[in-house]
Amino acid sequence: MIQTENLLLELIEKHGNSRDGLLPILQEVVAKENYLSEHRMVEIAKALNISSAEVYGTASFYTYLFTKPMGKNVIRVCKTISCKMAGKQEIIKAIEKTLKIKVGETTRDKNFTFIESNCLGWCHKGPVMIINEEVYPEITPERAVEILCEMDPKHLSKF
Amino acid sequence: MKTSELKRVDIIFDCVQCAPIEVVKKALAMHPDEIIEQIISSGLRGRGGAGFPTGLKWKLAKEEVSDQKYVICNADEGEPGTFKDREILDIVPNKVLAGMAICAYVIGAKEGFIYLRNEYNFLLKKLIPTMANFNKNMQEIGLDFTIKLFSGSGAYICGEESALFESMEGKRGEPRNKPPYPTRNGYKGKPTVINNVETLVYCNMIMRIGVEPFKQLGTKDSRGSKVFSVSGDTTKAGIYELELGIGVDEFVNEFGNGDTKAVQIGGASGFCVPRKDFANKIIGFEGIPTGGSMMIFNSSRSMYNVLKDYLEFFVEESCGQCTPCRVGTQQLLKGIEAIKHGEMPSSYLNQLMKLSETMKVASKCGLGQSVPNAFSSIVKNFKEEMIY
Repeated sequence: MIQTENLLLELIEKHGNSRDGLLPILQEVVAKENYLSEHRMVEIAKALNISSAEVYGTASFYTYLFTKPMGKNVIRVCKTISCKMAGKQEIIKAIEKTLKIKVGETTRDKNFTFIESNCLGWCHKGPVMIINEEVYPEITPERAVEILCEMDPKHLSKF
Repeated sequence: MKTSELKRVDIIFDCVQCAPIEVVKKALAMHPDEIIEQIISSGLRGRGGAGFPTGLKWKLAKEEVSDQKYVICNADEGEPGTFKDREILDIVPNKVLAGMAICAYVIGAKEGFIYLRNEYNFLLKKLIPTMANFNKNMQEIGLDFTIKLFSGSGAYICGEESALFESMEGKRGEPRNKPPYPTRNGYKGKPTVINNVETLVYCNMIMRIGVEPFKQLGTKDSRGSKVFSVSGDTTKAGIYELELGIGVDEFVNEFGNGDTKAVQIGGASGFCVPRKDFANKIIGFEGIPTGGSMMIFNSSRSMYNVLKDYLEFFVEESCGQCTPCRVGTQQLLKGIEAIKHGEMPSSYLNQLMKLSETMKVASKCGLGQSVPNAFSSIVKNFKEEMIY
């Protein structure tokens, strides 16, 4: 627990304990711990002297502030119309088959979470896949599988 | 069909290596009112989609008396089909920063922010050092102005200016009532100029090349050029800077692949133009305005699917604060699905049209108010596709 308290102190030091610091604090907690646990949100609320409902209400508004545990790597595939027309469904099928999970799920080893996303801003080079912050425009199903297997070779054997 | 190629403009990405610092210096030698006058006379209107006259916005903020003012660059580009701001920030970030600095000088702001959508965080590797360097340059030339970065957390609505302020203040991105407008009551309640990425570059370039070369482009109501994001059924998907005021037919001749059925101009919140109207609609503020999104659909595409995609998008992205938008988006989606599946008669479309009109007048912000744009333009022009 000492370690986790240090993280919070560090973040308060960096972003201050006023309300404008809330989003950067939440973002950094997600970056370090993968998601915002209930415990964490209560702690942040205390530190900023606001209600924990305010913290949860804010966090749950944003798609990048996870309030449930996520995999170590988050895979996003754009589902908006241009990517749909460019064949995003094939990419989704390939990822689902490789990781043996459905959209919205996390692999059992917690290595990958797979989600669909609204327009990611690569409409001229769809379909697009983003893993964490790495962008893969004009992705093909084969290349998507290859990338996942490079990241986690244990999925190789399944093909 | 193809007669001549559409004229390309090269202002935004021109002269990538030129130091925009010189332009800031040039601006610092002028009186702020003179700069405002130039921007106003250039006719520049906001390039994010809403099209508010930029010079007037700066003027209003300048006239406010306050101990603190802000300049914010809106880089929360999220409209489906738009990707030009990403490219601008990637290729000519210094021009954006210089635009912000000129604005800061004009209105008297000491602090500025770039609100960057989380999806574009990969740009930070280059952008953060560029900003640090630029801030240093500003101190060196004697302008007390510092630009910071604020990273978004994934919410389309935060591109709406007042929702963006709420988000920066650590709250849910729920739009505020207007008035008061940001130039009086913006970030932290202080006078704020919030401009789109592309708008800021044009301000910088108008200061560099002068008003006339910009003003000669476009039409009376839509001066200048604009960066378009072209996607969909085209072999030329990408980013193009074109004059405003071109005909949809000219655009389709250039970018369509011969089988274009419709063009969605302005993304999910924009308008659908069917083939029969290509010749009599123009792209600009007096015709069909756009923040840059141009999606091309061929005959083989189902416009029902296109509309359904847009409505699903709005159902997810509505902030949920006001009822017309929160419930309206859901009912429109459910409604077209029910008609398609034969659970409701086709006459139900008329009721949905009425609902969309209600959303237009009763929604609190631009999101709910613009859902009817796509809805009515697609339903009116492709009624059969909605039913059968």
